[in-house]
Parts: sequence; C-alpha cells; structure tokens
Amino acid sequence: MTTTEEHQHQRRQLDRVVIRFAGDSGDGMQLTGDRFTASSALFGNDLSTFPDFPAEIRAPAGTLAGVSAFQVQIADYDILTPGDVPNVLVAMNPAALKANLGVLEQGATLVVNSDSFDERSLGKAGYASNPLNDGSLAAYTVYEVPMTSLTQEVCKEAGVKPRDAERSKNFFALGLLSWLYTRPTEPTIQWIEKRYADRPLVLEANARAFRAGYHFGETAELFEANYEVPPAHFPPGEYTQVSGNQALAWGLIAASRLAGLPLFLGSYPITPASDILHELSRRKEFGVRTFQAEDEIAGVGSAIGAAFGGALGVTTTSGPGLDLKSEAIGLAVNLELPLVVVDIQRGGPSTGLPTKAEQADLLHAMYGRHGEAPVPIVAAKTPSHCFEAAIEAVRIAVKYRTPVILLSDGYLANGAEPWRLPDVDRIEPIDPGFAAEANHVGDDGTPVFWPYVRDPGTLARPWAPPGVPGLEHRIGGLEKADGSGNVSYDPANHERMVRLRAAKVAGIARDVPAVEVDDDTGDAELLVLGWGSTYGAIVAGVRRARARGHKVAHAHLVHMHPFPSNLGEVLARYRTVLVPEMNLGQLSRLVRAEYLVDAHSFSKVQGVPFRAGEIESAIESLLKGSA
Amino acid sequence: MTTTAVPPTTRKDWASDQEVRWCPGCGDYSILAAVQMLLPELGVRRENTVFVSGIGCAARFPYYMSTYGLHSIHGRAPAIATGLATTRPDLDVWVVTGDGDALSIGGNHLIHALRRNVRMTILMFNNQIYGLTKGQYSPTSEVAKVTKSTPFGSVDTPFNPISLALGAEATFVARTHDMDRQHMQETFRRAHEHRGAAFVEVYQNCNVFNDGAFEKITGRDVRASMLVPLVHGQPIRFGESLQNGVVQRPDGRLEIVDVADVGEDAILVHDEQRPDPGLAFALSRLSHGPDEPTPIGVFRAVERPEYGSSMARQIADAQERRGAGDLKALLRSGATWTVE
Repeated sequence: MTTTEEHQHQRRQLDRVVIRFAGDSGDGMQLTGDRFTASSALFGNDLSTFPDFPAEIRAPAGTLAGVSAFQVQIADYDILTPGDVPNVLVAMNPAALKANLGVLEQGATLVVNSDSFDERSLGKAGYASNPLNDGSLAAYTVYEVPMTSLTQEVCKEAGVKPRDAERSKNFFALGLLSWLYTRPTEPTIQWIEKRYADRPLVLEANARAFRAGYHFGETAELFEANYEVPPAHFPPGEYTQVSGNQALAWGLIAASRLAGLPLFLGSYPITPASDILHELSRRKEFGVRTFQAEDEIAGVGSAIGAAFGGALGVTTTSGPGLDLKSEAIGLAVNLELPLVVVDIQRGGPSTGLPTKAEQADLLHAMYGRHGEAPVPIVAAKTPSHCFEAAIEAVRIAVKYRTPVILLSDGYLANGAEPWRLPDVDRIEPIDPGFAAEANHVGDDGTPVFWPYVRDPGTLARPWAPPGVPGLEHRIGGLEKADGSGNVSYDPANHERMVRLRAAKVAGIARDVPAVEVDDDTGDAELLVLGWGSTYGAIVAGVRRARARGHKVAHAHLVHMHPFPSNLGEVLARYRTVLVPEMNLGQLSRLVRAEYLVDAHSFSKVQGVPFRAGEIESAIESLLKGSA
Repeated sequence: MTTTAVPPTTRKDWASDQEVRWCPGCGDYSILAAVQMLLPELGVRRENTVFVSGIGCAARFPYYMSTYGLHSIHGRAPAIATGLATTRPDLDVWVVTGDGDALSIGGNHLIHALRRNVRMTILMFNNQIYGLTKGQYSPTSEVAKVTKSTPFGSVDTPFNPISLALGAEATFVARTHDMDRQHMQETFRRAHEHRGAAFVEVYQNCNVFNDGAFEKITGRDVRASMLVPLVHGQPIRFGESLQNGVVQRPDGRLEIVDVADVGEDAILVHDEQRPDPGLAFALSRLSHGPDEPTPIGVFRAVERPEYGSSMARQIADAQERRGAGDLKALLRSGATWTVE
C-alpha cells in the first residue's frame, strides 16, 4: 500500500488512544475491533480490549437494544484496562451513536457512517432530528463518511451486488481507522485472504472495502492529521494476543500435559463460557475429549466419572450452570476426587445479564452447597493469567483430591491482551500419584486397600482408578468411615470426617504463595485489596492516586479459598482497607469475618468493569474521610 | 490391564465383605445373586469391572460387589458412567438404577446415554414404587395408585420403560424379572455382550411397599400363560402348550390370538435386529400393565457405532493428521511477535 500522499497530513504522536467501534449486531463490529486489535498487537502496542455486546444474536436491526460495541485501548506504555472514556467512537448507525455518546470523553472524535442516518434509522434510534445537522454534536469532532455507498461503489467493479457489498462496510471502517492510527495493513489483508479463501467474492469485497477505507483517509481532505501510537516497551520475549477463555483452555491442556492425565471436558453450552468448549473441541490431537452434555448436571457428572477413571475431569459453566452443578460438586467433595469447575461469572441473579461481567459468584463458590462442603477457589485476574490460574486449579485439585472452582468472568473471557509466552518446559509438573498397592493390614493380617487412608502431610486420600488388581473399592456420597471408606453412620466418625475434609482444604494455605503487596513507599495509609478481573482497573487507579501524592498499597488475591496464610498479617498492617468488587461486597464480607478487619466495600454492579477513575476517586474519598 | 488368561472365579469372589442391607424378601437379592453368578461365566476381571449407581434401594448394589464401584447422586449414574466409559474403554461399566432414579430425576441422562450409545450395561430395577423414601408412587406406578403421597390415587400416566428406551434410540432393549434367575442371567449376558448402551428393565418385587406388583404375570403358576418370551428368529408364542401367539394385522397392529385360529405360519417371527424400531415398539405396547400377557426378553439388539469408540477415533484421526499435540505450537497458533 503506497503512502505517498502522507506528507499532506500531519502525523501526530499519541501515547495512547481509546477507540470504541459500535454498530448493529449484524454489522461485524466484534470482528472489526478484533482485527484492529490484532494489527495493533503485531505493531507492538500494549492493549486491552472490552467486547460489549447484547445477549440477543440479532436484536431488531437499528435499535438501541441491538447495538454491539468493541472498545480497545492501545498505548506505547503498559496499560491495564480498555480505557475509562473512549477518545474515538466509530458509529455505524444512529443507534450506535446514541447508545455510546454518553460514555465518550468531552470533545471526542466521532467517525460516523453518514449513509445510515436516514429518516428510518433515525426513527428506530429514537432521534427526532438528525444529530449530524441539528447542532447537538457541536462539542465533538465529527467526521461524516458515507461508508456504505463508498463500499458499494468500490465493490461494483468486482461484480459484487450492492446488497452484498453493504456487508463489507465494516472493513471500510477498519481501513479508515487503520489509516487514522497508522496501523500496518498487511496483517489484515493477509487475514482476509486466508479467512475468505473459499469465498472469492467475499474476499474481494472485504479487501476492496478495507483498502478503500484506508485510501479514503489518505486522500480525502476530511482529516487534517493522522496519529501514531508508537510501540510499547515490553520485556523481551515472544508474544501473542490472547483472550481469557482461550488462555484458560490452553492452561487446561498444559495442565493435562504436566500431570500426564488425559483431559476430559464435560460441558453444556452457556454464555460466556462456551468458547472454552469450542477451543478444546478443536484440539483433539492433544487427546482432549470434549463431551457436550445433555445438561449442566451431566457436564459435571461426566467429569466426575472421568476423574474416577483417572482422567483430568473438568467442567465449564457460568452462574446458572454453577447452581445446577452444586449437588455434584458436593459429591466430589465427599468422593475426594480431583475435579475442576470453571465458572465464567456473568450478571445475575437467574439469567441476569448473560453477556456482561460480574463477580457475584464468590460466595456461591464458597458456600453454595448443603452440608459442610469446603471447596478451594482460584480466581484469574487478567485474560492471560487465565492460563496460569487453570494450571494452579488443576495442581490443587490433583494434589489434594478435591474439586476446585476456578473463577473467571465475562470481561476476562472475551477481553484480550498481549501475552509474553511462558517457557512451558519450566512449569512444575503435577504428580497424579496414583495408588499402586495395598495401604492397610486387614484384621486377618492380609494387606488390603483402604480408599480413605490419608497422606499425613496433605490429608489427601489415595486416587485409585479402576484397573489395578487388589485396589478394588467402592466410594459414594454416603458418609464414609475414616480409613476404610465403608458406609458409616457413626456420629463421632461423621464429625471426624467433616473436620478432616475442612482441615485438608484449610491446609492448602501452606501450599500457596504469600499474597504480594505493592506498597512502593512502604508506608501506605490505605490498602486496596482486590480479586479477579478488577486487577487492571485497580492497578491503574492506584497509579493515578499515587501520582496525586497519595500513599496507596495494592494486593490482589488469586487464592480465594483458602486465603494465603499471610493475608491476615497484611491486612493488619494498614489502617484502611478498600475492597472494590463487582458485587455487593462479597470478598469484603469474607475478610471481615475471617480477620475482624474493618474492610470498606466499594461496589459496582452494572455489568461493566470498574474504570480506573472510579477506583481513584474511591481511594481519595476514603483517605479524605479517614484523615 | 494384562493379556494373560483371566483366572477362574466363583460367585464368592464377586461379593464384597459388606453386609447386604435390603429388606428381607426384597427382589434385589435375587438380582444380586444373578449378577454375581453370571460374572464368573463372562471371563471378565474384577479390577476392570465398575458398578455405578445413583440413589434408591437399587443404588446400594455397588457396595455389595467386590469390584470398583461408585454410589453417586440421584439420577446421575448414566452421566457419570458416560465420563468413565468414554475415557476408559478397557472397563466394563454397569449402571444399576431404579424406576425413580432412571425415569424421574434422571430421565434426561438415561435417554441421552441411550441415544449416544455409550458402552454401559444399564439394569433398571422396576418395582413401580419409591422404596427408599418409604412408599411414594413412581413414574411407572399405575394410574389411581394409592400411596402415601397419593392418598386419593395417582393421576399420572406411567411411563412404559421399554417404549421410552426404544423412543430414545436405544440399540439394546430387554426385559426380565426377578423370579427367573436363568432368564435374568441370559438377558444380562446378552446386554453385557452388546457394544453400546444396553437397557434392561428388571421387574422387581418390593415386598414392603408394593408387594405382588408383578405376581399376576411372574408367579410360577401363571408365568407360562402371562409372559410372552421373545426369542430372535422364533415365532412369538406362549401359553402352557404354546397355544397363544402374536400376529400383526394388516394395519400394523399387534394382537394376541389362538394359534389354532390363525395357523402357525401366521404367527409373527421375532426379529430383534430390525433396523426400524417400530415393531419392537408395538411389542412394548402389547401389554398395558403387569396384569396382561407381557413380553420378556430382548426387544431390540442392533449395531450402531459406540460413542466412546467414535470419540477415540476422532482423536486418533486428529493425531494422525496433525501429529501428537505440541504445546509450544499451540501457544503460537495465533499471530506472534518478538520483542528484542
């Protein structure tokens, strides 16, 4: 692609920009955002994305309910969030403009598809007059581009019918934005050629639209400048761009390798967890068995069956599915078999907000079973961290013969970021330690196998998959006699078993890393304690508070149950503890109960992540109040 | 696990040391005995045999076997067995369940295990009552059944388990009863041989909460005239002197007739291998309850790819095509870039 005319435009440097692509659900905005992100990643920017789409596949076209958006922040330094307020909005129709205008920065840049601002579309979006000419957008920098007609025009020569060509207008927008932010074009052209290789006409239309968009920016007298966001300084290494669900699926495959156990996934499709099932079902060469079960219960049940047989049993779901799996998770607690339950949290209760993020399943993971049924909980904090978190969940499950709940959420699941690839050869292997021989002497002096004889260190019981003569045993949901595992209704035995199961899980605290505190001056007055996907917003908010001269520390939990053994001591060091959560205060409740600490809850339950600015203000107002 | 010959076993070798705790006189005892006596004849190994169950009286079965066993939660045994059978094709997986466990709380898992044809042998003890919860009506109880939870009689239409299994695309469907050990053993043997999901309904007497539910058809003195044995390739006949038989009318309807009236050649010959389950379904509707002549034996036994094998074949194909999975390559399957 030639850029000979570039000199006509000024080239301005930016350290970061937040762009929001918005259009109708059928306009391909997720794809557009995704491709913009991919070329930015290859260019070397740091980035963070926030796909924000409705639960309906195709809500009525042109309506506010049908607006699908993709927000991405690109920067020349390490950023942690997709940005608080977009600087640029690409609006493919009036509804997209109306739905997103309120979240933009003052004086933001609007790139609108002017072809779509006809009376009918304006009416659908609820506009009484056309905002492009009624003066209501005076505070913004507006670029009106007839994307639909320009796309149709450029596709006509290739023999593409106008109606088909109209569908390529998102590539026009992508091309235009690629010019505006000097993105490399080759990766996108290559991607189009590969993706649409079997549909030559679609390939041609998309490639033409993309090039036309780019050239339009270059040649039209509309734009006085284009922008450059130089590459960020990353630590040396090999990088890829990864979403949370992809990283989680890969983490499960890696853990299966590390443990030498075949991976079995029992799962029922549910938003926003299904992509893990999709990803794993493509990876059969790793010996992965994916089972799309008849329901959520069969998903977890089949994983328990696979675990009994000596496989790595995993089930993936979201909140409503976790409700349904509760009874089976209790069974796994009693069977003391390794099992990983992945919960990609979404807005609740009930069906709630299927495509939006929330962190409101923590107490469910903690307590959502009848009886005393403790389950370890691991929580991922960034999209790429899902890889590590999955391996950690498997390690705990296998070592302690217990179900583990791995919490992620819709924001992590669909969000993407650059990821420095780990050296997989250096990850600690996981020893399944299958039972191989008798472990007890029977009354008659012969060696026998008892399924509930515990390892004195971990309190874990032996894992003895079928196939080994002499190790035949029966286990089940009924209370078992300590040691022999036979059914027992003995009162004292029941209490002993309840306490043993609790002690086993509590003991995992000795086997997890101490929580690290980022306290740059060592004398912070306030500690922000977070968990899960709020990581980026909290780090960014803390940075801003520090820049204003506040002394603030940050600790982020990955092990939610049991807590790392130093957490109580860490909390006691700070006069004020702030706990931001996308729920009504679940972690704050847990730490208050556990450590008698006066933790301040900071809640947001809007289905969207915290903004760094919100964390910053919460820190400031708390410091002001406690001064 | 080994390829050496299976050492001979006796019934005793298959019994665990746990005291059997069903009510005295329960039909479950004779089913347990039939299984424990059959296993030594099957040339299988204890360590490669797993009994999986849900909840209910029948579900205690695994505790009494000296094999591997898993007593799980209500209704979920077929789902759990699916995970086990698909990851461990070397194992013999048996599911022991009851009419409440399999057809009520676990109905969904049962039909899906059958349609998928996962290799497992399902023995469903049907006593037409809830026993463990002490006497409520079950999904196979007859209409108007008076129980603790239906003091004015139940208003539910019962399931016909054989019809249900056939409707769920089952490849092996059979019925036997707890009063005939030899018939049980032959039916269980056939079910065990089947490559796929085998469903066996076992009429079982609950002498405490539903005593005599099947007496009118399984009692020793009435059996010959009330049970209609299905034998592959044989005309469907019954009665002390095989005087009765089943014919198919031109409209497809099945009817019980006197053989003398229609002639031997008119009697329907049983074909358990018919690809279309229609005739097997019609046979399952011959009787409307255990007080009419009722077919027993194998209704349907057809070949269809077994689920776990199909799954394993996809894995083998993928590995042949792409080589065994390479983790480093997986992490690099998207676009990558290097920062110096």
